[in-house]
Amino acid sequence: MSTLAVLEPGGDVATALYIVAFAMFILGLRQGTHPRTAKQGNLLAAVGMAVAVVATLLLDGIGNWGIIVGGLAVGTAIGVLASIRVQMTEMPQMVALYNGVGGGAVALIAWSEFRHGAALPGDFPLDELIPVLFAAVVGSVSFWGSNIAFAKLQDLISTKPLAVPGQQVINALLLVGIVAACVILVANDGELADYEGLFIGVLIAAGILGNLAVLPIGGADMPVVISLLNAFTGLSAAAAGFALDNVALIVAGTLVGSSGTLLTMEMATAMNRSVSNVLFAGFGGAPAGGAVGTGEERPHTSIGAQDAAIKLAYADSVVIVPGYGLAVAQAQHAVKEMADELEKKGVTVNYAIHPVAGRMPGHMNVLLAEADVDYEKLREMEDINPEMPRTDVAVVIGANDVTNPAAKNDPDSPIAGMPIIEVHEAQQVIVIKRSLSPGFAGIDNDLFYEPNTSMLFADAKAAAAEIAGEIQNL
Amino acid sequence: MDVITEITIFVLAAFVGFEVISKVPTTLHTPLMSQTNAIHGIVMLGGLIVAGYADDTLEKTIGLIAIAFGAINIVGGFMVTDRMLGMFVRKPKAAAKDPEAPKP
Repeated sequence: MSTLAVLEPGGDVATALYIVAFAMFILGLRQGTHPRTAKQGNLLAAVGMAVAVVATLLLDGIGNWGIIVGGLAVGTAIGVLASIRVQMTEMPQMVALYNGVGGGAVALIAWSEFRHGAALPGDFPLDELIPVLFAAVVGSVSFWGSNIAFAKLQDLISTKPLAVPGQQVINALLLVGIVAACVILVANDGELADYEGLFIGVLIAAGILGNLAVLPIGGADMPVVISLLNAFTGLSAAAAGFALDNVALIVAGTLVGSSGTLLTMEMATAMNRSVSNVLFAGFGGAPAGGAVGTGEERPHTSIGAQDAAIKLAYADSVVIVPGYGLAVAQAQHAVKEMADELEKKGVTVNYAIHPVAGRMPGHMNVLLAEADVDYEKLREMEDINPEMPRTDVAVVIGANDVTNPAAKNDPDSPIAGMPIIEVHEAQQVIVIKRSLSPGFAGIDNDLFYEPNTSMLFADAKAAAAEIAGEIQNL
Repeated sequence: MDVITEITIFVLAAFVGFEVISKVPTTLHTPLMSQTNAIHGIVMLGGLIVAGYADDTLEKTIGLIAIAFGAINIVGGFMVTDRMLGMFVRKPKAAAKDPEAPKP
């Protein structure tokens, strides 16, 4: 028997509408995998969601309309405002935040369903209690983990890997404690009303686990973490569906759970990291070898905008390597202007896009597309690397770790094996960066000290605009 | 609905999720993650059900927050995805056909 069996009647229309919604979700996701249909696919999925909401409101016996309308109004207003205001550069943390509230909703629903079931006479049926507990734990982990991911990406807390001593042990103990508490709850499924405190304890412990699991992970790995938490939230939504006997939650939640898992693995592959590596080995946690920033000054060449302009204008081929610094400085338009000036001088300009340039796969493509950069000029890493030795000047703008030759040359480097854009193979390299400070991985970049590398210390936007002006004057 | 039916649906949906997402160009990883993120906003339906049947104040409050959270997840998720994908629509070739198009 369902604790909310009262829902079952009235189901026919709702079920029919749910099926329509599922078709829209699946088609929407399918279309989301192709650039030309992606926007339409997103719209289709959104309409599917509206259909599913309406269907749910048609269920018999739904009341408390004031609460429902109030919650919808508040949530919609916040969602609309937040997504209109957010800058394109801040997209990744926005996704983390939306993921977090989703997980939070699951945990809250699980709590409410626990109270509801516990208040009913007789045993709490196990085929609902177990999903309730699963949803509570995973939802809470996802909520708190996503909040930490948001805080890291928003630079509210350090993006560096934070090592907590004995952290793996603490996490393991927390997990054991959570499982033990769940077993106690299941064993006492007849008198759960007396055990609500323990249930809340499980929610809190899972929250701490979410915090501790994400805190030690460096900023460079955040996309993988967010994607993984996204899949978790999907799974927990499916579990909530089991608890509530709601097929829409099961189907949509599972779709996200499985597709999100696949996306996570694809992202991790693009960074040459395994998911377990991301989760359990803080990036550069224990630096070995000498490639790590020691604070000592190493010799490097520094140039001004005018010299950079001359180098660029007299080159035949230029490859621009954009990174997160470009995104932060909102320099995409200035860089596009600089490229336009170069093309007027007959220079071939291409953009080398690392799979994780920006802070998420595809983030840089979005930013450059916003600046009207020709889609065909955005070249993928595998595609452009063989051309590097024939490139006259590579301009690295606000990118760091993804150009670090240590990934190829130094097997002891924390980023060893990560695929990089091989700018060090180019004839000359200009790096536009505010300082020599290390990137997300927290390690020094050997590229900066190569003899054919010139450093231009400036804000990416100002530097690109200045270079564009200098090229015009040549 | 008995639990076997639910598990059947779960397993089938899992396979559909895997199949539908295979071979995504890296360019679309972020938008697609954002879209799947919006879809798990489906939990809001759970919030609607919980709130719709709540009897005491605590449950009503929980339901209210769950609905608000879910609505943020859904509305924000789909809108942000739409904004991201909007960047890909304005292709130079399309713009060339329509020289009158206003400069962004």
